[in-house]
Amino acid sequence: MPDPYLLRALLFGLGLAVVAAPLGCFVVWRRMAYYGEAISQAALIGVALGLALSLDLTAGVLIVTLAVSGLLLLLGRQQVVPFDSLLGLIAHAALAGGVVAASLVSGRQPDLIGFLFGDILAISSTDLYWIFLGGAVALAALIAIWRPLLSLSVHEDLAAAEGTATERVKLVFVMVLALVVAIAIKIVGALLTIAFLIMPAAAARPLARTPEAMAVISAALGMLAVACGLFMSATLDTPAGASIVLVLAALFALSILPSVIRRGR
Amino acid sequence: MQGREGLNWPLQPAPGGRLLRDSPGGEHPGHDHAAHAHPAAVRAPRPHDPAALISARAVALARGGRPILTDIDIDIAPGEIVTVIGPNGAGKTMLVRALLGLEPIDGGEVRRPKGLVIGYAPQRFDVDRAIPLTVARFVALGQPGASPGEIASVLGDVGAGKLVERQLSELSGGELQRVVLARALARRPGLLVLDEPSRGVDYAGEAELYALIGRLRTERGFGVLLVSHDLHIVMAQSDRVICLNRHVCCSGVPQLVAQHPEYARLFGPQAARVLGVYQHQHDHRHDLAGAPRPPAGEARPAGETPPAGETPPAGGESGS
Repeated sequence: MPDPYLLRALLFGLGLAVVAAPLGCFVVWRRMAYYGEAISQAALIGVALGLALSLDLTAGVLIVTLAVSGLLLLLGRQQVVPFDSLLGLIAHAALAGGVVAASLVSGRQPDLIGFLFGDILAISSTDLYWIFLGGAVALAALIAIWRPLLSLSVHEDLAAAEGTATERVKLVFVMVLALVVAIAIKIVGALLTIAFLIMPAAAARPLARTPEAMAVISAALGMLAVACGLFMSATLDTPAGASIVLVLAALFALSILPSVIRRGR
Repeated sequence: MQGREGLNWPLQPAPGGRLLRDSPGGEHPGHDHAAHAHPAAVRAPRPHDPAALISARAVALARGGRPILTDIDIDIAPGEIVTVIGPNGAGKTMLVRALLGLEPIDGGEVRRPKGLVIGYAPQRFDVDRAIPLTVARFVALGQPGASPGEIASVLGDVGAGKLVERQLSELSGGELQRVVLARALARRPGLLVLDEPSRGVDYAGEAELYALIGRLRTERGFGVLLVSHDLHIVMAQSDRVICLNRHVCCSGVPQLVAQHPEYARLFGPQAARVLGVYQHQHDHRHDLAGAPRPPAGEARPAGETPPAGETPPAGGESGS
């Protein structure tokens, strides 16, 4: 593998797979796939923000994913519009806002397709710092809240009655999610990021008997998908992010197949 | 209908002047003029009981502009089993949630001593199949320091010893109830709060369950707050029964509550059955300790009439 960009993409992807796996498990357990979708689509606004202010793009994206997480926290308090409708609304408003904002940014025209579907050519050594330092922070925070977050994901009222500080734990979780989404945008893009979170976890579910096993198996599946997807991208010249997601989908199909057949009997 | 029941019931003095509310509100000297109009409003504000595990005063809760609970006073002492009964929609679960701090209250105050360990078994427990979780791990989530031996032993206590390594998602409703109770007990609680713990448990299992709670209470000395709409078995184990229909209709030792007119009105036709059952139990008091009783709802062969006065009226089981 002589190409340095491919090596960087591989390192970035493997690091992301490790961080995204436990986080993705919680996204699946807490049924937050559409939540993740909404904040990752909002990332495009962050790209425009980063370009306009000449910030590091991941930093720009992180500001926006955190802001949208806060907005969703506030909007979740009203009960007139159902939360899933709200998520759809935010996701698409943010996507539209991002496309418009990116078109208005003067000077260097952003590669819109690259940000929507990911671009491994765009991964710099700064991005490697993001994934390894930011990823370490995310992983450490997630391990710190692991037990209470697991407990409240199983049954929130029970956890609260037992004295778990549910609101604080959930706040840390959505912040970690915002951070990892902001980092992941680079390789898989705003539209495919959530797939990178939930697909390894979903594929690991039938193979696991404990929450921790599910996280470890999904990390392994994610790393396998990154390696296979990048190989596919390099040999067939396909877009890298989409190739990784396709491999993940294939892994999920293989993993879920026995359960489907068993049910069919 | 609920509104009529909730608002217009004057609190009647208890037979012999005891029972009912813990505080004799009408006796407060400054408020005599109003005593007959609205007894709840004149109740002297009692101080919180400092020894209580939970002490609630004048708790009020409304949702969507509709009052759900008004003027609730409750104290639960260490070692005491308090049972809240009431018809559907009486606000039993809301009351428990308010006492646990799970629902914001609109008036009054709930106090719990700092550091009180609560073991809670909620009314509904929907297992999320997305999370792979063994029974042992589920119990350990409530008590992180618990050793595998302790977990196995507490599961054994509730008759779920064989379930340790099973997946939570594979359990039946009754098994799940036991496992949730085991988690509550594994916490070595100072207060055990059980919201309809017998849901999904069959009749024999139910009697066993309440006997277990009574036994563990004696052994460990924790307080118990039970919610039920299922009257007689619960009442046999309770030290105190609180009859709830959005407000505390009456409260006291089970025998007196069962004879109270408020109680009879609250449960309508059912009350007769419960009184009957209660009488029945009273008649056989010597046999009650340990001796297995036949299920009340046991089908009898056609034509075989039960001896009068010994069995509750047939059909009572399904009428609720």
